[in-house]
Amino acid sequence: MNVNVKKINSFLAENAIYVVLVLLVIGISLSNPDFLSLSTLTNILHQNSTKAIIALGAAFVLITGGVDLSAGRVVGLAAVISASMVQMSDYPQKFFPHLNELPVFVPILLAILAGLVVGLINGLVISKLHVPPFITTLGTMVIVLGVNSLYFDMPPNNSQPIGGLRSDFTKWGSGSFQIGSFSLPYLVLIAIAVAVICWVIFNKTRLGKNMYAIGGNVQAAHVSGINVSRNLLWIYGIAGALYGLAGMLEAAKSGGASSAYGNMYELDAIAACVVGGVSTTGGIGTVPGVMAGVLIFGVINYGLTFIGVGPYYQLIIKGLIIVAAVSIDIRKYLAKK
Amino acid sequence: MTEPQYLLEMDGVSKEFPGVKALNDVTLQVRTGTVHALMGENGAGKSTLMKCLFGIYAPDAGEIRMNGRKLHLPDSRSALNGGIAMIHQELHPVPRRSVMENIWLGRFPMRGPFVDHGRMFRDTEKLFEDLNMDLKPDTIIGNLSVSQIQMIEIAKAVSYNAKVIIMDEPTSSLTGNEVEHLFRIIGDLKKRGVAIIYISHKMEEILRISDDVTIMRDGRKIGTWPASELTTDLIISRMVGRDLTQRYPNRENVPGEVVLRVEGFTSPFPKSFKDVSFELRRGEILGVGGLVGAQRTELIEALFGLRSVASGSMLLNGMPVKIRRPVDAIRHKMALLTEERRVTGIIPVLSVLENTVIANQKSYARYGFLNEARRREDTERHVGRLSVKTPSMKTLIRYLSGGNQQKVLLARWLLTQPDILLLDEPTRGIDVGAKYEIYSIIADLAASGKSIIMISSEMPELLGMSDRIMVMCEGRLTGIVDGKTATEEQIMRLAAQHSA
Repeated sequence: MNVNVKKINSFLAENAIYVVLVLLVIGISLSNPDFLSLSTLTNILHQNSTKAIIALGAAFVLITGGVDLSAGRVVGLAAVISASMVQMSDYPQKFFPHLNELPVFVPILLAILAGLVVGLINGLVISKLHVPPFITTLGTMVIVLGVNSLYFDMPPNNSQPIGGLRSDFTKWGSGSFQIGSFSLPYLVLIAIAVAVICWVIFNKTRLGKNMYAIGGNVQAAHVSGINVSRNLLWIYGIAGALYGLAGMLEAAKSGGASSAYGNMYELDAIAACVVGGVSTTGGIGTVPGVMAGVLIFGVINYGLTFIGVGPYYQLIIKGLIIVAAVSIDIRKYLAKK
Repeated sequence: MTEPQYLLEMDGVSKEFPGVKALNDVTLQVRTGTVHALMGENGAGKSTLMKCLFGIYAPDAGEIRMNGRKLHLPDSRSALNGGIAMIHQELHPVPRRSVMENIWLGRFPMRGPFVDHGRMFRDTEKLFEDLNMDLKPDTIIGNLSVSQIQMIEIAKAVSYNAKVIIMDEPTSSLTGNEVEHLFRIIGDLKKRGVAIIYISHKMEEILRISDDVTIMRDGRKIGTWPASELTTDLIISRMVGRDLTQRYPNRENVPGEVVLRVEGFTSPFPKSFKDVSFELRRGEILGVGGLVGAQRTELIEALFGLRSVASGSMLLNGMPVKIRRPVDAIRHKMALLTEERRVTGIIPVLSVLENTVIANQKSYARYGFLNEARRREDTERHVGRLSVKTPSMKTLIRYLSGGNQQKVLLARWLLTQPDILLLDEPTRGIDVGAKYEIYSIIADLAASGKSIIMISSEMPELLGMSDRIMVMCEGRLTGIVDGKTATEEQIMRLAAQHSA
């Protein structure tokens, strides 16, 4: 009896996030059995694909023991930059009225590049000037919003929402494979591909191992000959590039962009990571965990709306989930002390 | 039923953790006004026993009596109120607050709703006077030395009116003078009728200051003897449960040609090492002796590129080299086992495997991708060779004992195939059995032609392991002596050879 309780307890502690996810799905399904369907699943995945990419970027940084507050604003910057260059040629309110139709990969790459540049700046300031990540990225968060707003406000656009995006661009966000009656959004496939790449980086590369070592004990990593600055530079750079990719996909998904895009996404990303078992003190975190964290919030958003829970109650439930999930997750480290 | 000669009795105490019987029917009897040493290898159950006494663990069986009266100890607060205090090995003061606030934390004298600072100051002053401590109540604690903070912890214990004070490795970071000061205070406490339970790995200390010695092994009490009837060898053989004819392995290394020549190494900081010159030979173990503050750690960390150097040069195999960062040192086949295992050595949240391969990651990478099979093979081979006791390669390193953590760190550096190993207090905080194993590894390395610089604050270790011993005092090299003929007195004299 006692042993069984212990076994169950340790199973729950080890797999807390997955248990919470399953319980959520069961709870919502009991309330409305229609929730359990293939279309619900694809809807949830589609809605949360860009969030997953941002959360993965945030995970890189959190595992090194840092934090990146600039994520949301970089998403906004990338969305505006890419959208401003892929408007239909006959659209009346063009951002660049005289711009010829660019190949679609140009704005996509520029969006990712913009994110990469902001990330590298973060990495440089953190590793070379030794400004704490919280402060550095707080600064870039505000600066990026300023830069994006200036760009967005350029005549003739004057801060008008950017619309009329070309279909060869928007299809990345809203198109899907049709398999019989079932459709699988491209966006979901992109997010899965990014997750797989991140998993490989985390587990199979020097950069990934260095990232865990730096987060686990930066001094020991330094003594062991790891070039901490160079690794941090790349990690913040990769994170920025992922936010850039997510920003471009957000624009493609919604068919437009404004400088308000991405506001507060960094907090959603951090919440998903933390709920998914990423330690804010560094050194701990997995890709499947982060994905589960994103899905928990996805299921809450979609599922609670599905069964008619009001948005204000949803906020309260989300907050409770963050604290509850972490309090359960942290037990696996406390228990063995 | 109660024997009046015992102040504190722990009777038949047992404690079981999942899978481990940490304490098995342990009895401990402490007399009033004595120092009672508690000895045993790491994992013998000393700390668990003391945690039961201090209310941190609840024993599964047994009882604790003070003056014949049974104590119920659900937490540390009730232990303190019952007259039991503990000075931990690692001190945790609140650094930005004053001495007196640290002492009276949680029980400030009040006047109405306000803290009565005047009374707190006077009470603290009186306390220091009683204990012959030369400290001011309103100093900010962060500005004090480890030894002074320890004095404050002792004063705090006395302020709780403690009858039994547990001291866990109190001298591990004290200098010679500070140790003497501590021993004087312990003498005063004895006169006041306080009993001290003293945990230490340092035999000389134990034999010098304790009245009774209790030895534990594998969660059981082996016995209690008057200290006057014991010798170092007797204690060790009872601790490890076998006769230790030898505390240091036979060394077969033969020092060869000079591999490292250091000339005029001087730190940019005035209080650190200055004008240090020495040579290291192939297959040689060069011991580095000195007191705390001799700047030995600073010197070898500078050799490894962890600290900056203002002037001086380094020749490796006759070639001048510049080492600015650890990565340069590793490239030149050097390795550094740092003094602070927990701060700069282990990565607690990572596995034994990740901790082992971290300094050698480069050799497993191709286009940034790691060869997992070779990482595992190398780890298994070295972990096996150094007989690290770990459930698996995936176990987090923080669950291993200190000695096994140290062996993993040694494995980490052996993987980089260094020619020169810098070892900073390689056996600090490690139990006797594991110490011998580490000595054997060091001796084998030297015999295989590796050159070793070993800092040690334990005199017998220096004398037992080194071919030559260089001694430092206040950043200067005060002498190099032959390991075979040197005596403790000779080294102590050099270590205390102040320039002024």
